[in-house]
Formats: sequence, structure tokens, C-alpha cells
Amino acid sequence: MSKIETKDVNLYYGDFQALKNISMQMEEHTVTALIGPSGCGKSTYLRLFNRMNDLIDNVKIEGEVFVEDENIYQKGVNIDELRMKVGMVFQKPNPFPKSVFENVAYGLRVNGINDKHIVEETVVRSLKQAALWEEVDDKLHKSAFELSGGQQQRLCIARALAISPSIVLMDEPASALDPISTAKIEELIHELKKDYTIVIVTHNMQQAGRVSDFTGFFYIGELIEFGRTADIFTSPHKKQTENYITGRFG
Amino acid sequence: MSIKLQKGIDRKKRLTERLAFGIFRALSFLVVGILFVILGFILIKGFSVISWDFLTTMPSDGMTKGGIYPAIIGTFCLIGGSVLFSFPIGVLAGIYMNEYAKKGFLVKFIRMMTNNLAGIPSIVFGLFGISLFVNTLGFGDSILAGSLTLGLLTLPVIIRTTEEALKAVDNSFRHGSYALGATKLQTIRRVVLPISYPNIITGLILSIGRVSGETAPILFIVAYFTTKLPTSIYDQVMALPYHLYVLATSGTDIEKSRPIAYGTALVLIMIVLIMNLMANALRRYFSNKVKMN
Repeated sequence: MSKIETKDVNLYYGDFQALKNISMQMEEHTVTALIGPSGCGKSTYLRLFNRMNDLIDNVKIEGEVFVEDENIYQKGVNIDELRMKVGMVFQKPNPFPKSVFENVAYGLRVNGINDKHIVEETVVRSLKQAALWEEVDDKLHKSAFELSGGQQQRLCIARALAISPSIVLMDEPASALDPISTAKIEELIHELKKDYTIVIVTHNMQQAGRVSDFTGFFYIGELIEFGRTADIFTSPHKKQTENYITGRFG
Repeated sequence: MSIKLQKGIDRKKRLTERLAFGIFRALSFLVVGILFVILGFILIKGFSVISWDFLTTMPSDGMTKGGIYPAIIGTFCLIGGSVLFSFPIGVLAGIYMNEYAKKGFLVKFIRMMTNNLAGIPSIVFGLFGISLFVNTLGFGDSILAGSLTLGLLTLPVIIRTTEEALKAVDNSFRHGSYALGATKLQTIRRVVLPISYPNIITGLILSIGRVSGETAPILFIVAYFTTKLPTSIYDQVMALPYHLYVLATSGTDIEKSRPIAYGTALVLIMIVLIMNLMANALRRYFSNKVKMN
């Protein structure tokens, strides 16, 4: 059983076709990197899995997307429940204007979990999982904006983990961060792989090489090549993939 | 080949620059100057009249003596009443317009109508208020009717500022919230509104300033003269701007009541100022709570 699977997915923004016949499978406890030049559709594809594309007007989706064997685009799917199962970390750290503690507790609170013990336990666990606990344990009730950019991003990861998802989507999570913060995030991804299935969109080829088990190369809405990261990077089958990876375009 | 600058062009550029910004600066000082002249004029003419008695006693001797207590109380009643009416409605309408309504014909239409509402001369609101609130609904010449009329007047301001305040909230906050399984309402209540409170409060400040100074809409509703303080929302009150108008144009003895008119004007300005300071404090309080970088 694949954790995520798409079958012949087409996505249109109005008349513009952003994804063309994408079929792909992602296994449990793996990291899949989606790479490709800007505008290739990799972020759009990522946003299929927690239905964030629904927020954009005029989007039309064809084909099937399965998360844990459930077709998430059929009628009657509870989107809020889906989003608890599929967490997301965004490109720019976007903590809420609340305390560190309340940021992590947010997902619990909006889903009706207010029991003090459970909330506290979950917040601490999530911060530890996001490798942030030791840096913030003395400022849990300070504003999240007082943290550095890298810390804010790990806070957003902790926030996503707090609602116990099984899948974590990351949309260029390190692109706004300095090299040291980036390294911390990458390290974290390695750790998280044990408990979660991760899909990460990245611009950074080396990063894809370092963190992922599988890589999908997108170009102008098409999935050009998909396979083990080691294979993609050492012996790509398609000329376009090779050109991109070796830096000849993109 | 490099372009050769004509002789003297450099000096000419500098001169134009200096001249232009000199004019801009002079004009901005002029604006400040006008404000100071008005304030100074009112302050000098009105200051000597102001005393504790002036603020806390009834007018007497055909409004040529005594204080302006009932007008102060009346103005506060009208400010409170109109804000109570227009602030919740305006904010909720603004939320609907920016967060819920599909961007399309309906929103454009409502926005256009809101702008039109803002453009209606205030005296027309006065007529409308008299016909709807005073007569048809039978509220009489009362605080209620006056507040509702003034509330209508400020509604567009509050709707627009709310809309703008919400628009200024970066979508990444909303998306972050949705991605955690929050509903739209939860997202608005817990994330979007707290961020936009300071700017929404600005709408409140503007409308309070407007309400305290408006004369025309309440021309037919507030009292020319009364020494009876209101005990319910159905009572009639005096109001500072209208009192000022009466003192300056149609009092029993205009010459004698002139100093009181200046005193009234000064009190009115002070009330607006104090209200603005309070609203600013509120705004700062919410800003600090949000702690945006």
C-alpha cells in the first residue's frame, strides 16, 4: 500500500493546464523530493495532497489522488480531517501572532482539544520532535515573532506535528533560511522520516540529493522522471533530467 | 561613446530639485500652520470661558450664561449610541466582504453602494433619520433616533477600514491556519482579526471624530435647549455641535453668548482629541498584543 498515490492527475488554473497526467506513488516513511524549475508545477502538485489548491478560484482537477487509500477528491471527504492527517510547512515561516506555546497548540485547539494536560504534553513533544525545545523552553510564552527565522520555521514544523499527521508536506521549507538553519532543517527531515512520510518541494538540487529517497523531476507541468534519488542523480534516463541536474538550465 | 553633459545642466538640475522640494515643504508647513491658527484662535477665545462650572452646569439666562453640561452629556450619548450600532454591523459587513463573499459582481456592487452611501450629504441622512427613525418607527426626537442616524453615516467608513485592515493580513497566515484543519471562521476569529484589530480601531477613531462633530444629520433630532438630563434612550438631548450652531446663529442674544460659543467649540475639540487619544491607546494595546515585526 502506498501512502500517497496519484493517477492521471490534470490540474487547470482557468484555461492554463498546470499539471499534465501525473501518476506517482509515495511509500510510507520515505522522503520524496519534487524538483524542477520555477513554474513547473511541483508546488501545485504538493498542494493536491491537503487540498490547499481548493483555496484558489477557478481550479479544476481531474484524475484521482489517494491518501492512505482514500480518494481525497471524492464527495463527502472532510477536508479539515484530511489536513490533520496531512500537515504542511510553507516556504516562508508563518507563525501566528501568538506565543510560542499557543502556536504549537493552535491545531489542537481549533480541533476541540483543550485539555490542559494533553495540550501541554503535545506542545512539549512536538517542540522536541522539531529540535526546538532546548532553544525555546524558557520562552514558551513569549511572542513567536521574537524567534529567529530558522527557529520560526522549526516552530512551524512543530505546529504541523502537534496534530499528529502521518504525512508532512514541505514547500521549499529552507529557501528563506541561512545555511546553518537550512542544515538543521535537513537534519530534522532525516529524523522525522522514521515517523512520518515526507514530501518536499525544493529548488536546491543538493538538498534534494541530501534529504530524499525518491525524486520526481517536473518540467512545464509534466513529471519527466521519477525514481530513487541515487539513480536520478547518477544515471538519469531522460536528457532533460540530466540537463537540469547538471545545471545546464533551470 | 559616452554622452557629454551640457555645461550648466548639473546646476540647473540641482536648482530645480531644490525649488520643487522647497515648494512641497512650504505647502506642508502651511497645512500645519492653518491647523495651529484654528486651534490657537479657539483656544485663546474659548479658554477664559472654561471652568469646572462651565462643564457641569446647565445653560441659563437664554443661553447667555451658565454652562454646557447637557450638551456634553448629549454628545457622549450620541457617540456611544452610534458606535454601538455601527461598529459591530460595519465590522461584520467588512468581514463578509473581504473573507466570505466571492470576488465578483455582488461584492463590487456592495462596495459601490457603500461608497455611494459615504457620498450622500449628511443633511440628507438627517432627513432620512427624521422620516424613518423619528416618525415611521416612532422613536421620536431621541438619543436612539440620533444615534441610529449618525451610525448610518459612519457605517461606510467602518466597513471600508475593516475591509482594508483584513486585506492587509498576509494570506500566509490564513493558509497556515487552514493547513492545521481550522475552519474559515476559526481562522478569522483566532488569526486574522487579532492581526487586523489595530487597523480596524482606526476606523473607530475616524467615525468617533465624525460623529462628535456632525451637526446636519441631527439638526432635526436633538434639542435646541433642554435642562433635563436623559434617563433613557428615548429622551431628547442637546449636542455640542448643534449647540454651537444655535449659540452662533440663532440664540437669544448672539453677542452675549459668543464667548460661550468659543468655549463650546473648545470643549468639542477637546472631546474629539481625548477620544482619539483613547482610541490610539487601544490601538497600541492591540498592536503590542500582536507584536508584529
